Formats: sequence, C-alpha cells, structure tokens
Amino acid sequence: MNSATVRNLLVRGMLAGLAAGVLALIAAYLLGEPSVDKAIAFEDAHSHEHEMEVVSRSLQSTAGLATGVLVYGVAFGGIAALAFCFAMGRVGRFGPRATALLLSGSALLTVYVVPFLKYPANPPSVGDPDTISKRTTLYFLMMLLSVLLAVGATILGKRLAPGLGNWWATVVAVAAFAVVVGLAYEFLPVVNEVPQDFPAALLWRFRLSALAIQSVLWGGFGLAFGELAERLLNPRPAKAAGRTVPAAH
Amino acid sequence: MAQTVAQPTATTPAVPAKLPLKAIAPWAAFFGILMLVLLYFVGAEQGATSVFNGTDVHEWVHDARHLLGFPCH
Repeated sequence: MNSATVRNLLVRGMLAGLAAGVLALIAAYLLGEPSVDKAIAFEDAHSHEHEMEVVSRSLQSTAGLATGVLVYGVAFGGIAALAFCFAMGRVGRFGPRATALLLSGSALLTVYVVPFLKYPANPPSVGDPDTISKRTTLYFLMMLLSVLLAVGATILGKRLAPGLGNWWATVVAVAAFAVVVGLAYEFLPVVNEVPQDFPAALLWRFRLSALAIQSVLWGGFGLAFGELAERLLNPRPAKAAGRTVPAAH
Repeated sequence: MAQTVAQPTATTPAVPAKLPLKAIAPWAAFFGILMLVLLYFVGAEQGATSVFNGTDVHEWVHDARHLLGFPCH
C-alpha cells in the first residue's frame, strides 16, 4: 500500500515535471533564445577560426533545447517527488499542496538560485574551454553543498521548534543557512571569464532569462505536482466538499 | 449549526500520514540514481567528462545547457 503510494507519487512527479518542462521550454524559447543567438553572433564576430557545425543552430534552438529542458524537468520532477514522499508529514503540519509548493520553492532556491549567485549561467562565448572541468566541479559542488545545507537547516529548525516556537526556529534555521552559504561564497574560488568587450546588457538579459526559466519550471512543478498529490492523498478535496454541503441543505 | 461545526474541518488541511522510510528507500535508490544519470547527460556529458566519444550529445543539448545554467564549453 505505502510502496504503491510512493510509486504513484513518483509517476505524478515525473508527469508534473514534464508539464513544467513544457512551460519552461516556452520561456526558454521566447526569452532565452534571442540572447543565445546574439551571443553566438558575438562569438562568430570575434573568433577567427570557424568550427564545423555538428548540429545546426535551427536544431539546437528547437529540438535540442526541447530535449534538454524536458529531460531536466522529468528528472528533477522525479527527484522532487521522492523528496516529497520523505517531507510529507515530516516538515510540519502542511497538506499535500502546501508541502509540494514549499518543496519546489526550496528546490528553486537551493538547486538553482544559491549556486547561480556564485556561478551564474553564461551565454555562448563566455567561458574558457580549458577551465570546463574546474567550472563543472565547482558548480556541482556548490549545488550539492547548497542542498546539504538546506537539509541541515531543516533539521536544525525542527530541533529548535519545540523550544523557540515555529516562527523563531524557522528564522534561526534560515539565518544559519544564509551565513554558511555566505561563507561558501567567500571561500570558493571566483570564476570570471567574461570577454573584455562582451555587451553587459546582453549578459544581464541572458542571466535574467535563465532565472526566469527556472522560476517557471519550479513554480509550474509545485502547482501541478501539488494538485496531483492532493487528489491522490486526499481524494475528496476539502474545498469542494465545503461548496457542495451548504448547497445540499 | 451543522455548517459552523463543519467549517473548521473544511479549512484545516488534512495532514496525511508519513510514508515509512522502508517504502521510500527502494524507489529513491533506483529512480534517484536514474534521474541523476539523466541530469548528467543534460548537464555535463562531453563537457568536463565523457561517457561517449565525440561531441554529439554536447552539441544537441547545447542551448539547454547554457540556458539551464550548466557550465558549457
């Protein structure tokens, strides 16, 4: 019974991730692709050697983009659903919808925003190919650190709650998270490989669009998965019952 | 009167029971790893490390990799 619930939630998480991935894909195509094209134009204008195209630009910006974003959505949807199975009833007195939205908001913050503020997304032509190993390691390290710190902060908050009350326990846990993240920012190496004459406005637009894509993805996922989880775990929604009961009397 | 009694139960969110860790663990172990492998192929394959030779995977998901914030090139 419980194992079946986990399986059902996992399937719903992957489906909600796919749906959120479609929304994120629309955001990526409309908001992100114009900046990618401009950055590639900058790259072509400034490099003398022209590489042979393995995959054409028109495929990269459509089918290629869709593959990447949708797989990303499904994969994170599955992971978030498993985290939800664990969080449900353990983080506090929240129903399925609230737990799902809280979880996806935390995921946006820890999996994306925290690493992004240290190692932001870069458009084509920003980044030295020789340092890709170092940059990849640092990025995933920052992501892992952020997730572990968020889990630690949640445990700290739960421990403090009986003594301090929910409000102050949450404030202390979030503050502790922020301080340790700040220390990590301070001590991890800086990466700045933006070419001298790369347009600042283009870099800003690209990074804003990257942030928008993730916000759409996680926002959409939280709402979609919350609804699916609510229907699975509370088959008769409280709101609908409240609406039909007075009408019947 | 029946309505005022029904009101609090309607607004209080029903908190479902915890799912036992034993039920979650097998799914988390298998699908958790599978999902991480998928993320690896979107985010890092043929960049810092390669499972397959060439640059086809990298080039195919090139735009997604940039826009999803992974280090690319």
